[in-house]
Amino acid sequence: MLNAAPVEAQVGRPPDPDPGPGPTGLASALGLYAAVARGAFRRYSTYRAATLAGTFTNTVFGIILASSFLALWQARPNLGGYDQSQAVTYIWVSQALLVTVAVWGGGFQDDVQDRFRSGDIAVDLYRPVDFQGWWLATDLGRAAFQLLVRGTVPLLVGALVFRTRMPEQPVTWAVFLLSVLLAVVVSFGLRFLVSITGFWLHDSEGVRSVMLVVSMFFSGMLLPIALFPGLLGELAPVLPWAALVKVPTDVFLERATGTGLVGALGFQLAWAVALLAAGRGAQWLATRKVVVQGG
Amino acid sequence: MALIELEDVRRTFTVRARTGRFSREKREVRAVDGLSFTVEAGECVGYIGPNGAGKSTTVKMLTGILVPSGGRLRVAGVDPARERVALARRIGVVFGQRTTLWWDLPLRDSFELARRIYRIPDRRYRENLGRCVELLDLEGLLDTPVRQLSLGQRMRGDLAAALLHDPQVLYLDEPTIGLDVVSKGKVREFLREVNQDRGTTVLLTTHDLTDIEQLCGRVMVIDHGRVVYDGGLDGLHATGRSERTLVVDLAEARPAIEVAGARVVKVEGPRQWLAFPAQQSAAPIVAAVAARYPLVDLSVREPAIEDVIARMYAEVAIG
Repeated sequence: MLNAAPVEAQVGRPPDPDPGPGPTGLASALGLYAAVARGAFRRYSTYRAATLAGTFTNTVFGIILASSFLALWQARPNLGGYDQSQAVTYIWVSQALLVTVAVWGGGFQDDVQDRFRSGDIAVDLYRPVDFQGWWLATDLGRAAFQLLVRGTVPLLVGALVFRTRMPEQPVTWAVFLLSVLLAVVVSFGLRFLVSITGFWLHDSEGVRSVMLVVSMFFSGMLLPIALFPGLLGELAPVLPWAALVKVPTDVFLERATGTGLVGALGFQLAWAVALLAAGRGAQWLATRKVVVQGG
Repeated sequence: MALIELEDVRRTFTVRARTGRFSREKREVRAVDGLSFTVEAGECVGYIGPNGAGKSTTVKMLTGILVPSGGRLRVAGVDPARERVALARRIGVVFGQRTTLWWDLPLRDSFELARRIYRIPDRRYRENLGRCVELLDLEGLLDTPVRQLSLGQRMRGDLAAALLHDPQVLYLDEPTIGLDVVSKGKVREFLREVNQDRGTTVLLTTHDLTDIEQLCGRVMVIDHGRVVYDGGLDGLHATGRSERTLVVDLAEARPAIEVAGARVVKVEGPRQWLAFPAQQSAAPIVAAVAARYPLVDLSVREPAIEDVIARMYAEVAIG
């Protein structure tokens, strides 16, 4: 009984006014975002039926598109500088990238849109986490899962059914993964800007559908950018969407080598940085609007 | 030291209304209009008022996600809007109709994330989690995905997630909304423990007055952006001029009887309802009735707090 008293006093104490930070600094921030990314990865892994159906669709579309490309390249060999097996491989790599890089939008955008509709978006502001960093982490986790399933399965099927061209240099695989990572970040930067318009427009659905068309076209998802004629052909490679499909496929097919490869990755990196910075600015304006004007 | 201080806090919103095809009129709406109060550390305060009274606006300003248009506001000594992120580590917020938990993942993952967001030291995290799990009965639920939890279970999960970092202040918005009686009881019991044993200051917004009766020593009634009542729950009865009711069963049906100090509000066969001021004793009225009419049975009903507050809202609206 005598011993019990101090214990009780301890339990009954009010929390310290300032408990002091726990583990601080960059390491703990990285730990948080890594945990967020892992959570997103696991979250997507729970959608088994959707993943299965999506992978199946990717594969079927891949077979249809690869067959048409095969016919096209038989009629016009070396179109756009791709030989027949490169053209077919382009289809399978782009199918692998479609959902991983979220070329037509989605991923965290659906979550953010739900939060705008329900008003939960205001709740996000009082948490001591960075809004942009949080969603970037979830999107990287999502992309990692998608690459693992919806990326590899179509590529494997494509390699079994068609005569594809796999990288000749083993190091290309590693560079390709880096390029995909940068593609996801560029895609995130674009989608973040679209979603954040929700602070002003209440619903970013309209902007999203416009972006879907633009993104599908200018990424090279529908047709390789190398095939675009005239002015369009000069413009498309410098737009940010080229970082989504064009650059990773160029890396995979080893069309970009040496300084060209460095330039291609630099191009992706530059857009990634520029778009994240723009998103940051937009986030600052949006926060100010909510806090000052009251949503 | 007062933990929450408001001094003449105001918040106006500009509303644009279309008045014609191209013309628009700007109008100022005062959501909070000269609000002043203080809350001491360790208090549990009920913050009530009709819809649109300015309750959520107040809570938004207290959390720093909305800047006041005027006046002075301090929570734990800091200006919330200026130091929103720093303050966020020291407060906990639970909205009954929103969740901060990860929908598709086990409850445990959301707690783990809270540990990282709030940088809770390992030992403290284990202690707090253990305590919450025990008091909120979460043991069997930790590995269940949040989407499979019932509303009551989810609410308990949200409460735990908001308290793992030992916040000094806990803001609760309708924490028992939509819960069944048993779940409401569990939530209230837990909140009482948090407030009384941990000393956490609690500001509770609710439409369920039982929450307040069971938890809060102090009630603030707000309407049209102003505090219209601030004090104990008992005081509300006096302020609201509430009435008690004497229900008498007479030997036979009669027209409304006449008794000094009370008035008949309802007659149903031999049963009559007599209203009289809540502060007054029932004894003389019972004696007066018994002296003049043959009495079969009687009972006294206490005023419902809902009625008192409803009357208060109505008075403010007229005045």
